[in-house]
Formats: sequence, C-alpha cells, structure tokens
Amino acid sequence: MQTRLLRGLFALMAMLLGSWAQADWTLNMPKGVTDISQEVYGLHMLTFWVCVIIGIIVFGVMFYAMFKHRKSKGAVSANFHESTKVELAWTLIPAVVIFAIGVKATYTLADMYNTDDSELTVEITGYQWKWRYRYLNDDPNAEVSFFSNLATSRDEINNRLDKNENYLLEVDEPLVLPVDQKVRFVLTAADVIHSWWVPQLGVKKDAIPGIANEAWTIINETGTYRGQCTELCGKDHGFMPVVVEAVPQEEFDTWLAGKQEEARKLAELTEKDWTMDELMERGRQAYQTTCAACHGQNGEGAGFPALAGSAIATGPVEDHIDIVVNGVNGTAMQAFGAQLSEVDIAAIITYERNAWGNNVGDMVTPVDILNYNAGQ
Amino acid sequence: MTTATHDHDHAHHGPAKGITRWLYTTNHKDIGTMYLWFSFAMFLLGGTFAMVIRAELFQPGLQLVQPEFFNQMTTMHGLIMVFGAVMPAFVGLANWMIPMMIGAPDMALPRMNNLSFWILPFAFAMLASTLFMEGGAPNFGWTFYAPLSTTYAPPSVTFFIFAVHIMGASSIMGAINIVATILNMRAPGMTLMRMPLFVWTWLITAYLLIAVMPVLAGVVTMMLMDIHFGTAFFNAAGGGSPVLFQHVFWFFGHPEVYIMILPAFGIVSAIIPAFARKQLFGYSSMVYATASIAFLSFIVWAHHMFTVGIPFLGEAFFMWATMLIAVPTGVKVFNWVTTMFRGSMTFETPMLFAVCFVVLFTIGGFSGLMLAVAPADFQYHDTYFVVAHFHYVLVPGAVFSIMAAVYYWLPKWSGKMYNETLGKVHFWLSFVGVNVLFFPQHFLGLAGMPRRIPDYALQFADFNMISSIGGFLFGASQLLFLYIVVHTIVAGKPAKAKPWDGAEGLEWSVPSPAPYHTFETPPDIDKAPQLDRKEP
Ligand code: HEM
Ligand SMILES: [Cu+2]
Repeated sequence: MQTRLLRGLFALMAMLLGSWAQADWTLNMPKGVTDISQEVYGLHMLTFWVCVIIGIIVFGVMFYAMFKHRKSKGAVSANFHESTKVELAWTLIPAVVIFAIGVKATYTLADMYNTDDSELTVEITGYQWKWRYRYLNDDPNAEVSFFSNLATSRDEINNRLDKNENYLLEVDEPLVLPVDQKVRFVLTAADVIHSWWVPQLGVKKDAIPGIANEAWTIINETGTYRGQCTELCGKDHGFMPVVVEAVPQEEFDTWLAGKQEEARKLAELTEKDWTMDELMERGRQAYQTTCAACHGQNGEGAGFPALAGSAIATGPVEDHIDIVVNGVNGTAMQAFGAQLSEVDIAAIITYERNAWGNNVGDMVTPVDILNYNAGQ
Repeated sequence: MTTATHDHDHAHHGPAKGITRWLYTTNHKDIGTMYLWFSFAMFLLGGTFAMVIRAELFQPGLQLVQPEFFNQMTTMHGLIMVFGAVMPAFVGLANWMIPMMIGAPDMALPRMNNLSFWILPFAFAMLASTLFMEGGAPNFGWTFYAPLSTTYAPPSVTFFIFAVHIMGASSIMGAINIVATILNMRAPGMTLMRMPLFVWTWLITAYLLIAVMPVLAGVVTMMLMDIHFGTAFFNAAGGGSPVLFQHVFWFFGHPEVYIMILPAFGIVSAIIPAFARKQLFGYSSMVYATASIAFLSFIVWAHHMFTVGIPFLGEAFFMWATMLIAVPTGVKVFNWVTTMFRGSMTFETPMLFAVCFVVLFTIGGFSGLMLAVAPADFQYHDTYFVVAHFHYVLVPGAVFSIMAAVYYWLPKWSGKMYNETLGKVHFWLSFVGVNVLFFPQHFLGLAGMPRRIPDYALQFADFNMISSIGGFLFGASQLLFLYIVVHTIVAGKPAKAKPWDGAEGLEWSVPSPAPYHTFETPPDIDKAPQLDRKEP
C-alpha cells in the first residue's frame, strides 16, 4: 500500500519536473532591441536594486528585532519613542535616492517623446479585435493598408488541437518594418480603446478613438517581435496580438513595392467579372478570418446571431449589404465597409447567402458594393 | 476606570429583540457588526469570482468559461472587493472602535449611520443581479473605461451606475458621520494629538472620501447621460473624449486606493506597539506622513495613464509627484520597524498579521516605486506586474490589516477569546497562499503577460498554474477564518477586559464584551493609565 503510494508520488513528481524542465521560467523584462528599450531596462534594474537594498536594510533590522527582541528571550522593552533627527534622515535620504532615479528617468522620457525626424510613418488603428496598419504614402492608388488578425485557430484555443509554440502570438499578416530607421507610429482606434505593445521595442501606447497618439522606434536587430493588446477592449481582448517583422532596409523596400503593386491589383480586381465559384471561395476564406469569431465557423453563431438560416442572410440582398457595410450601432457588429475591400465584402455576402444550406442563389459582385456605396 | 460601566439608571436598555434590533438600530456597535458581516459576505462572493478567474487561468486554452463571462468575473471581482469587502470592513471597524477610542457614547449621527449601512445591501443586490440579466453583468473592468462602458456596454450598465450611486451615498454619509464624531465627541482631554492613530487615519480617510466620492458619482452620471440622454462627454464622435473619462475616474481612483490603506496604517500602528510592548515610534511623524500622503494622493492620478499620451510635461510632473509619495510611505514603514526594535515581542495572531502587513505592504510599495518611473511603466502598464503590485498592497496590505484587527478586537466585541492555534494556522495558510498566488505574477508581467485576458501564450503557463494553486489555497483558508470567528462567538473562552498586556487605549478600559452602551459619561482622559505615555 505504502509503496504504491510512494511510487505514485514519484511518478507525479517526475511528470511535474519533466514538464518544468522544458518550461519557460522568464523572470525579468526583456532588454529588447532598441536603444530606448535598453535604457528602460536599465531604469527598471536601477529602481529594482534600489528597492532590494532598502529592503535588505529594513527587513534586516526587522528580522533581527523579531529574533532578538522577543519576550520569550527575556527582552525588556526600551522606551525611546521619538527622534526628530532620525525622522529627518529617513525622509531626506530616500528623497535624494528617488531624486537621482527621477533625473535619469526624465531624460529617457524626453527621448521617448521625441518623434521628430522619422523617415517612415505607420498609422496603427485598433479595432475590436484586430489591428490595421497603414503605411502613409503620397500615392493614393498604391496605399498599403491591411488588417492583422489572430492566426491561431479556434481549435487550438478550445483545446481540440495541440497548441503551437506561438499560440495566441501569431497573426495572418505582420507589421513589416525596416531596421535602423526611425519609424513613427500614429495610433488611433475605431471603436473602443486598445493599446499597442511590443515589449522588445519598449513601445506601448494607447489607441484611442478620436485621438491620434504618437510613438516611435528604431529597431537595431532584424527579427520577429511579438506583443499583445494591453487595454481591455471587450470579448476578444486576449486575442489580438501584435507581430512585428523587422527586416533589412532593401528587403523592406522590396516588400513595400510588392504591397503597393498588390494595392493597384486590388483596384483592378474590383472591376473584374467574377464567377459564383470564385466569389464563394474567396468569401469562405474572408469569412473565416473576419466573421467566424462571432458568427461561428459554420454560421451557427458563437454567442452572437447565427447566420445559417437567418432572416438577413436569406432575405432581401440590400438589407444584407447594409448590415455588413454599416454594422449595427452599439453592438459588436462593426461597419465592415471601412475595413474590408469591396471584393471581400461582395465575396463574404455571396458566401453567407449560399453556404450552410442558405442557398439563396444570388450573387453579389464588387461592383454592386461600389454602386451601393456610391448611392449612400 | 469606572466610567466604562453602565452607570445610569433610567429604564433603558440593552438591544431590542429579534430582527428589529438590526433593522432599526442606531447603536454604533450593532452597525459596526453588520458592516463587518456584510463585508465578509462580499469578501466570499468576490473571492468566488476570483476562484473562477484563477481556475480558467490554470492552463492555457479556454476550459471553463467563455471570454465574455471571464470579463464579467474580473469586473465583478474588482468592484465587489473594493466597494463591498474592503471599504465596508473599514467603516465597520470605525463604527465599533472610534467611539470607544475617543471616549464617546456613540457616533455623532446615529440615524444616518443606520441609513448608510442599510442602503448597501440593496446596492450590492442590484449589482449582483446584473449577472442574471440579458447581455450579462458589467464586463468592462472595475475601472470601467469609456467607451467600452458606455457605447459598447451591456444594458446592465445602468444598474451598475445606480449601484455605484448608492454605494457612494453610503460612503459619503459614513464619512460625514466619522468626521462629525471625531471632531465633536472626543472626551475632555482627548486632544487631537492624543488620538490613537486609527482615529487619525480614519479622520483623514473620511476627508478623502468626502472629496472624491462625489467625483465618482459625477463620472458615472456622465456615463448615464451619454448612454441614455444623448450627451457625448466620453464619445469622440460627438466631440467628447474618452481620455476625459480617465482623468475624472482616476481623480477619484487614486485617492480611493489610499482610502483603502490609510485605516490599515492606523490598525497596524495600534497592534505593533501592543505586541512589542513599546510605545509607537514617531507618533507625530506618523500623523504628518498620513496627512502628506493624503495631500499627494490628489496630484498623482495620471500615473495610471502614462500610456494614454498626455504631454511630456504632464507626464514628468505625475512621475515626480508619484515618486514623492514613496517618501512619507517609507517613513511609516521605518517607524513601525523602529517600534519593534528593542521591544519585548510576542507573536499572537494579530501581531503575525501586522508584521506580515509591514513586510508585504512594503514589497507592494517597492513595485509602486518601480511603476512610478514613467518610462519603465510603459513596459509594466496593464500587465500582471501591475496586478501583482496592487494585490500586494491590497491583500496582504488592506485585507490582512482587517484580519489583524478582527483577531485583535474580537475579544472586546464578543467577550470571547479565539483559538490561538487555529488563528496561527489561518495566518500561515494565508501567508503562504497569498505569496504563491501573487509573487509569480510579477514575473508574468515582466515577461509580457497583459492583464484581463482569459487565455495566454504558452510561456506564461507555469507561473499561472502556480499562481492558481496559491489562489485556491488562499481562498480555502478564508473558510477557516469564518469557522474561527463563528467558533469564538459560539464557544470561545471568556476574554479579559484587556487580553493583550501591551495594549493601549480607552477601548481596553471597558469590560469584554463591551457593554451595549459605553462612555455615557465621558472618561477622564488625564487619569486613564493607558494614555499617559503620550504627551498632550
Ligand atoms: C509607494 C506607494 C505607491 C506608489 C508609488 C504606487 C504607484 C502606482 C502606479 C504608478 C500605478 C499605475 C500602474 C499602471 O497602471 O501602469 C499603480 C497602480 C495601482 N496601485 Fe499603486 N502605488 C503605491 C501604493 C499603493 C497603495 C497603498 C495602494 C492601495 C492600497 C495601491 C493600489 C493600486 C491599485 C489598485 C492600482 C491599479 C489600479 C488599476 O489599474 O486597476 N497602490 N500604483
Ligand atoms: Cu494610483
């Protein structure tokens, strides 16, 4: 009996130790890959060690007293109870130490606020629950702008699949930035407050509707840097990661040129003749990234209205377009007209009207959406 | 001291019988008792929500609850703990102890006292009922930032707003009562600079409450207007600003955190001298430090908003002011330690909690100082590092001080002694639990885990599991606390009038349990032996 118990215990311990050995025991803030993040790390460690030293002194005296000055050891209490000199000392000395930290911190702060002389500006907009990145640029036909959605599958989140190593920290399309260049961020939000954070860059700034905040960074090393939204923004606050891909300047230039080309192509796509099958296929993909989180992978509705068999998805097409383009005020249903291309909106609506047994049979083309928008 | 006993002869009266005793009572002791039980009930309710949170966070992935409900749990947990557990507990202690400490027969405004308690259960019933409403309970965090709490809020937000109004009214009435009592009802000879520190800290807290609860009422009223009457205080589309919300909220919110800790300072300043058998070191500097903390607490609010993009000068000002607040806070800690130094200490349960308070509150103060450094706060803000910070100051801080107070004064309230062994077991379980629960959260925050998320990346898994285990241990230990208190009241051994040989203060000059009416004729302070160590 006893041996069995013991063996069980050992097995349990081995299991725990086994999983612990491969575990990640990160204790501290990352130093990061920018000058600012490294300065911040320095400030953090400075304040930390100041606290440790004060702690050792204060707790040292305290524990000494607790062991020596016990009644059970025959300690008799002294009766001093006041000393202006001592009080002054322990007011002034900490004040001086804090002053020193404050001076150093103020310099770093001033640095962080200096967004002058940037070579590239990226507009970051928070949406429930994704980020939009827009590279500011003079040519409106080739404007690069895209959404960055969580790429982790619902199956992983709901424990139906094993979680991959970047679980919840992966997106379909990362923000690509050049290294060694001052990049300015302009942050805002479309609905509620979000906050854009990449620990490795030492950048965190709130994205607030109606307000344009600024931040900047110069990344010193190429690599992939991951972060998350850090301001509670509703249901999927935990599911809107930030991924930054820092690449060498030439690679960035090529990438940006490619993106601009894509933007031009999209404009053309909107004009093209679409077949039902093409729209359904494109619609299925776009639906999964944009709509499935709320309406369910098969339109069954995940806490939000179901679309399979719904009055909107099987009713008059204008109402369907209206709700997708304009959203429903004050609910989680956003105005997707501002977020998705005409092609994607047309494809999604077509898909919703013809998938999961909805079989309405009609087809909505990008031109329909363009006309709808023009008529508004 | 004979003044303590019931030396009047007209036909009145012990407590009334039955339920009316509690409904109609104007007796500060009855009302104090009700506040304390109410607060404990809320502590268990808020604690249950915390257990749901820690259970969901035990492992990565969504297991028990959906994100919508998780957000309702974090919101309700925060609101109930702050407004339902901690604040009423301190008001309960104030009711019981302040009249007895200053030699007054009761609170100055006894009927208002009854009202300020009895509206609370309604406020919290209303708040809790939102859990069963269409669209669910408030889900926007205890800080309820607009527009998540206005344009995007569930319909139950209106009930939340009214609940906050009622709580605010209750707090304001309670605070007015305390100020009136302290300023008008002190026994002759009880000068301000002779008052026990608990009375001092409460006096200052009451002023803070009177100053900032109307601001809270204002901010929720502006929300109400935005939601139902078409204003746009916080709606950018209508010309308002979500940042305005945060300024108003934190102008209330930062003093609020000191409202939850100043009375704790008072409790610890009573308990440590009692068990060190040595007078409190630096009484007057304690008073001045409390007053300066209270003053500074009005000019540091934007340290909660370092990332919202306030201008550089504003940012720098709030950083400096916040760092400054660590100085008077430090003075308090140094005074407590020096009080212990060369004392003659014993470690009964109240002292264990008080000593633990000093150590762990100081750790919370250290992380506070780190958070005050604005550039570093860009990395800490809205991560588990902040969660660890405020739980260190609030749980082994405020909550432990309340527990210390209960163990310290329970013999006076009930006339019975608690079981010392069980008390110590409760302390050690809570101590281990609270550290296992909250210490790893520092690491989680530094490693990059945001707060208020129902699911997290894999590198946070291990510390979350440890934290949850600590949480379950801490939660379970509080059931032992309930048992100890009930057991004491029902079956404790009779307590002496002054069960702690080093205790000071008028409350120990009356019998245990304290008679229903005390100090109907004021005590003679100058002859009271407990106080003659303090110069007038
Ligand atoms: C040395 C004294 C203290 C300093 C310098 C300090 C500093 C700070 C700072 C800068 C923050 C904002 C962190 C952030 O959101 O990024 C913060 C948060 C907080 N502090 Fe303190 N603090 C101190 C003591 C206390 C005390 C005594 C309490 C309460 C008993 C307290 C309760 C809180 C709470 C509740 C929050 C978080 C509120 C929230 O966002 O939900 N702090 N503190
Ligand atoms: Cu604060």
